[in-house]
Amino acid sequence: MKQTIVRNVGELPTFGFGLQSGPWWGAISFMALEGMGFAIAIGVYLYLYAVNPTWPIGASPPDLWPGTAETIVFLLSIIPNQYTNRAAHQQDLHKVRVWLVVMSLIGIALLILRGFEFAHLNTRWDNSAYGSVVWLILGLHTTHLATDLGDTIVLAVLMFTAHAKPRRFSDVTDNVFYWNFVVIAWLPLYVLLDWVPRL
Amino acid sequence: MSMAVEQKEMRDDALHGLQLATRLEGIWRTPSGLMGALMSVDHKIIGRRYIVTAFAFLVLGGLLAILMRIQLAGAEQRLLSPDLYNQVFTMHGSTMMFLFAVPVMEAFAVYLVPLMVGTRNIAFPRLNAFSYWMFLFGGCFLWISFAFNVGPDVGWFAYTPLSSLQFTPSKRADVWAQMITFTEVAALAVAVEIIVTVFKQRAPGMTLDRIPLFVWAMLVTAFLVLFAMPSIMVASTSLILDRLVSTRFYDPSSGGNVLLWQHLFWFFGHPEVYIIFIPATGMVSMVLATFARRPVIGYPAIVLSLIATGFLSFGLWVHHMFVTGLPQLGAGLFTASSMLIAVPSGLQIFCWIATLWDGRPVYRTPLLFVLGFIVIFVIGGLSGVMVASVPIDTQVHDTYFVVAHFHYVLIGGAVFPLIGAVYYWFPKICGRMLSERLGRWNFWLAFFGFNIAFFPMHILGLMGMPRRVYTYTPEMGWDRLNLLSSVGAAIFALSFAVLLANAIYSLRRGMPANDNPWDASTLEWATASPPPPQNFDRIPVVTHRDPLWADPNILPVIAGLSAERREVLLTSLADAEPQIREASPEPSIWPLLTAIATTIFFIGSIFTPWAVVWGTPPMAITLIGWFWPTGSKEDEE
Repeated sequence: MKQTIVRNVGELPTFGFGLQSGPWWGAISFMALEGMGFAIAIGVYLYLYAVNPTWPIGASPPDLWPGTAETIVFLLSIIPNQYTNRAAHQQDLHKVRVWLVVMSLIGIALLILRGFEFAHLNTRWDNSAYGSVVWLILGLHTTHLATDLGDTIVLAVLMFTAHAKPRRFSDVTDNVFYWNFVVIAWLPLYVLLDWVPRL
Repeated sequence: MSMAVEQKEMRDDALHGLQLATRLEGIWRTPSGLMGALMSVDHKIIGRRYIVTAFAFLVLGGLLAILMRIQLAGAEQRLLSPDLYNQVFTMHGSTMMFLFAVPVMEAFAVYLVPLMVGTRNIAFPRLNAFSYWMFLFGGCFLWISFAFNVGPDVGWFAYTPLSSLQFTPSKRADVWAQMITFTEVAALAVAVEIIVTVFKQRAPGMTLDRIPLFVWAMLVTAFLVLFAMPSIMVASTSLILDRLVSTRFYDPSSGGNVLLWQHLFWFFGHPEVYIIFIPATGMVSMVLATFARRPVIGYPAIVLSLIATGFLSFGLWVHHMFVTGLPQLGAGLFTASSMLIAVPSGLQIFCWIATLWDGRPVYRTPLLFVLGFIVIFVIGGLSGVMVASVPIDTQVHDTYFVVAHFHYVLIGGAVFPLIGAVYYWFPKICGRMLSERLGRWNFWLAFFGFNIAFFPMHILGLMGMPRRVYTYTPEMGWDRLNLLSSVGAAIFALSFAVLLANAIYSLRRGMPANDNPWDASTLEWATASPPPPQNFDRIPVVTHRDPLWADPNILPVIAGLSAERREVLLTSLADAEPQIREASPEPSIWPLLTAIATTIFFIGSIFTPWAVVWGTPPMAITLIGWFWPTGSKEDEE
């Protein structure tokens, strides 16, 4: 079959941000499926809540302070996260480095707080179905927190090496995007874990 | 952002004809040798492996079916012990659903979708390689366990409490649960790749209403996978946690609930049926258009039906649970929604019939299989409407009527189109035509074999024969129909032997295929058979829904992509306007290493919870190796 060239795309950029970029769509697809995972886990919690006459089963509700402290840190972390985003869009390598380090430290702090939260759940995973589902949900979110922290640290290190090329800024914005997901996913879980047992 | 322009790299507009083809081939080729094979990220190579592996599992699952049919051919046969029979039917169902039906559909998508949308590789090619390895390792894990007498024996849906530690103290249920995790990871990865490939890598001009129907079908399927599979992941994880670290999800004495399992399983399990069926409808639409010699009638109706089916498939799961004692409102609601889903499926069937009616059908093997599909699937659909009604379902639940129903739906609805698809795309994938003569034998043996094997099961079910019994006594009067069914199964198996023989024969002696042997209309036929590593020397520009029929002589194309490194064109979501020339990853060994680390993690964790601790660092290391830039041109742009 004969081919005729009708257009030249040579002037197009080699990377982009947000809707334009492929990895962004990959990230949002993963968020969709992981968000569904959270939704199913919440469904499991509410199902068990509905079929059991007492709730929580054989335990007092989790202590409020670790979850509440986390929620505050999570919400505040959106601010430096947005600064990271802005620096990446401006392709300002120095600022991106600084903000990635800050975000890594925030992630570590949250992981430590998360340790306290597990310790103050006031139930074990093998106590009752209540304990099981609480540990499952918190574990699921902790996996996301730890994964994003790992990703942030690796990106931060990468931006200090010779590999810190322009297209990496797009990766940084995807990481920012994913962190927002980790934060937003936490909010309903906080209400579910810390407040529903007090209803 | 302007760095690329400044570098003055060589672009494809500086080269023409053979020069361009050779140069691109050098860039996109998978390295030779064993190491090259393990590093491949070419969607065609991985797609081919995926297809062959899935068919290997079909053969294994089919052999188990033959064993069961021999056992049931007469009353009180003793070929298989009751314990082995339990393993055999569980392995058969699990293999067919998780290792054949879903993967084979995704495999065809991995091979075909990038070609059909006119791009050079799938989105996230390394994830694609990883997905294949996970699928392969998960499948081998299941079958090796079976060989060591630890094959699961709790049915393909592993209901609690049977699958809980108390009633299955061996590792058999753990093997089942972890095999699920493997295959779901693989399926989810492919789903994400398909979504991004379809959203972002379509050839310029391929607007939403010009997307080939198979691609639409795979897009809808990918979304079903995305939203259905997390449910089974939560289910299998919680089951394994119950068994391994004494969580109480399914333990009624501690507030757990066994019906929760059924909800989680079927919230995945019902969309699963459509994850298998919807791709097959896409295949049907493609084959029909080519052999009816006209575009499928009602393109918008078919696309909307696919999407509607996708949505509705999430509202049916409770119809698998009618006998668990539902509130009447629930039973009514799910009966209604189960009947409702017949509407979009019916709409598609009418569109296909209209296409045949208005076309000039050429009755080649692919079309025969599509016609067989229509007949068998309609029968399966009708018995589906029957069991959607609670009183009938209560009567035939767990009988052979249900076995007959779902084999009509799944084999009729998915395997027949699939075999048609094999005949249709074999020339594109292998460069040679399958034998038409053997193809006709294949079809008629399959059609009669299938119906003789499965139609009598409707009657056996109505006579009261339950599923999953390893034998029955002569006084039940089930032996004649069972014998007939077994004879049909043998004929049906023979049809697959013919297919295999045809494939082996035609690979060597088949008639060489040109680019477009069927005179079809979509882009995968605009390149060589088999396609070169770069798929297309120049990316086509689409101006019509059936580009190769709109102008059979001239293909409009774009120029300006790199002739020095792997580059794909990203386009906008709705209008497919060119946006970015994006680097595409080079071959890499890291996806395989990551899959090995993940396998150690998954298998280790059914023996000790500490595997989660010591299994994580290797996974993290391999993932970092995967994503760390290598300093190649692709990474440094």
